[in-house]
Amino acid sequence: MERFIVVQHVEMVFDTARGPFHALKGINLDIARGEFISLIGHSGCGKSTLLNLIAGLTLPTSGVMVCDGREIHAPGPDRAVVFQNHSLLPWLTCYGNVHLGVERVFGGNESKAQLKARTEAALDLVGLPHAAHKHPHEISGGMKQRVGIARALAMSPKVLLMDEPFGALDALTRAKLQDELQGIVAASGATVVMVTHDVDEAVLLSDRIVMLTNGPAATIGEILTVDLPRPRERLALSEDPHYAHLRAQVLEFLYKRQAHPQAKAA
Amino acid sequence: MNTAVLTGAAGFDPDGPSANLVLDGQTPPAASAAIAAARSKAGDAKLAIRPLSAADRKRARNRQIVSTLVAPLAGLALLLLVWELAAEHSQQFPSPLVTWHSAQQVFAHPFYDNGPNDVGIGWNLLASLQRVAYGFGLAALAGIPLGFAIGRMRFLNRMLSPIISLLRPVSPLAWLPIGLYVFSNAPAAAIYTIFICSIWPMMINTAIGVQRIPADYLNVARVLDLSTWKVFTKILLPSVMPYMMTGVRLSVGTAWLVIVAAEMLTGGTGIGFWLWNEWNNLNLAHIIIAILVIGVTGMVLEGALMLIARRFSYDEAR
Repeated sequence: MERFIVVQHVEMVFDTARGPFHALKGINLDIARGEFISLIGHSGCGKSTLLNLIAGLTLPTSGVMVCDGREIHAPGPDRAVVFQNHSLLPWLTCYGNVHLGVERVFGGNESKAQLKARTEAALDLVGLPHAAHKHPHEISGGMKQRVGIARALAMSPKVLLMDEPFGALDALTRAKLQDELQGIVAASGATVVMVTHDVDEAVLLSDRIVMLTNGPAATIGEILTVDLPRPRERLALSEDPHYAHLRAQVLEFLYKRQAHPQAKAA
Repeated sequence: MNTAVLTGAAGFDPDGPSANLVLDGQTPPAASAAIAAARSKAGDAKLAIRPLSAADRKRARNRQIVSTLVAPLAGLALLLLVWELAAEHSQQFPSPLVTWHSAQQVFAHPFYDNGPNDVGIGWNLLASLQRVAYGFGLAALAGIPLGFAIGRMRFLNRMLSPIISLLRPVSPLAWLPIGLYVFSNAPAAAIYTIFICSIWPMMINTAIGVQRIPADYLNVARVLDLSTWKVFTKILLPSVMPYMMTGVRLSVGTAWLVIVAAEMLTGGTGIGFWLWNEWNNLNLAHIIIAILVIGVTGMVLEGALMLIARRFSYDEAR
């Protein structure tokens, strides 16, 4: 397997007011180019921390992180992030938000017309060409999240990092965006790492599901390969016994072997 | 409880609840009765609302006119009444009418110039405004960039915050003697006093605004790897702007308060000097005119800055 992203012996210890907090312990993970990986686990298990480490937003206490042969030491546009709460700049239009990244990545070698075309193509890809000149507060939560995805994709990143991208959306919008995401990822061929707490989302979208144990000192408990053929059809899968089996395995990990920390304490 | 839910829903979709109940396969007679009751209630409510609309809307509009127009006028009338009563029970205090006549004379020639210490009220007002503009402008030029630096650099913040805490509560007029000593020039000392008192709100508010920039926006900047200039123009400046404008508004308010006091001490020209000069002339009507002019000018300054602030705010709910 080609090792596109390598995470080796990564430890993460945060200095807090109440002393050091050991968030992640002994994380080893190899991700292949074009793979779709989900990180799943109970809240507080450090799955977002692992995503931030790959993004370069935080640096590990010890261990090695490599992306495409280069060590990760800072964030960069080759590893685009879709934030949980979309994080669009409210004073820019949707077009302006997407253009900001495009300008940074391609502004050096491309004409203004080309940059404009890239921005518009990204908004087309997420189905929002009509919202280009609206401000974020004028559009719905689902549309904002799509602009967030467009902003990330427009930079043609090597890796797309998504932190619970659909967590704040209602179930119907979430399902629609999950289906769209499958098509977008297939078309762009991007490598994706997605944090989620939604078992169905993980099974539907992923090639592999990385399941984290409960924190503190969380580590990778198990990696489940999802060998369902693509493209995956939500309705057809709901009747598929293999889908049900995979789903049951994730549920078993989360609710039996890693019962929720609060439930254990009670 | 069931009926309460149904009446709520019947308001916009009378068929909704019954359809739901049929789907659930539970339409016992009690439930149908409840639906019927809910429908008739909803119908009654509609009937009850219609006759209200025409006459009541007019009444509501009248009530709004009363509260937006009549109430402030009543307040002014009350002020005049108290003033008039006070004037009647005093020997020299001018009544509103006397003041009005006096004001007509003052404002008939606002821009006369009879040499030093005797110029029209227009010149005096302009002199004060000019000083505020200089002092405040210099304070903005120094305070806003300094506020950005304090907000961004923890070391600078730690270094300057004890100094700021020490100097901020000092009355601006306490700085006047030092200004007079350093500049040996009264107008320059007044400008310097305005500078000192209006720098704090702008500096502190800008620094707070910088510190309160949502971490998400800064993460966006890091992921996009924006240049320092882009981070400043596209993220820092727009998100700090509302805080900065609040600081600017507070500063102008303070500057206008302080200039009047400073001019009383420095003399020469200015609305504050004029007021004090009229006290020396024992012309109480002119003092009242000066107070009203100062008040109106302050209101106008504040209002103008409110308009500018609204122009620059990106409020998500706008």
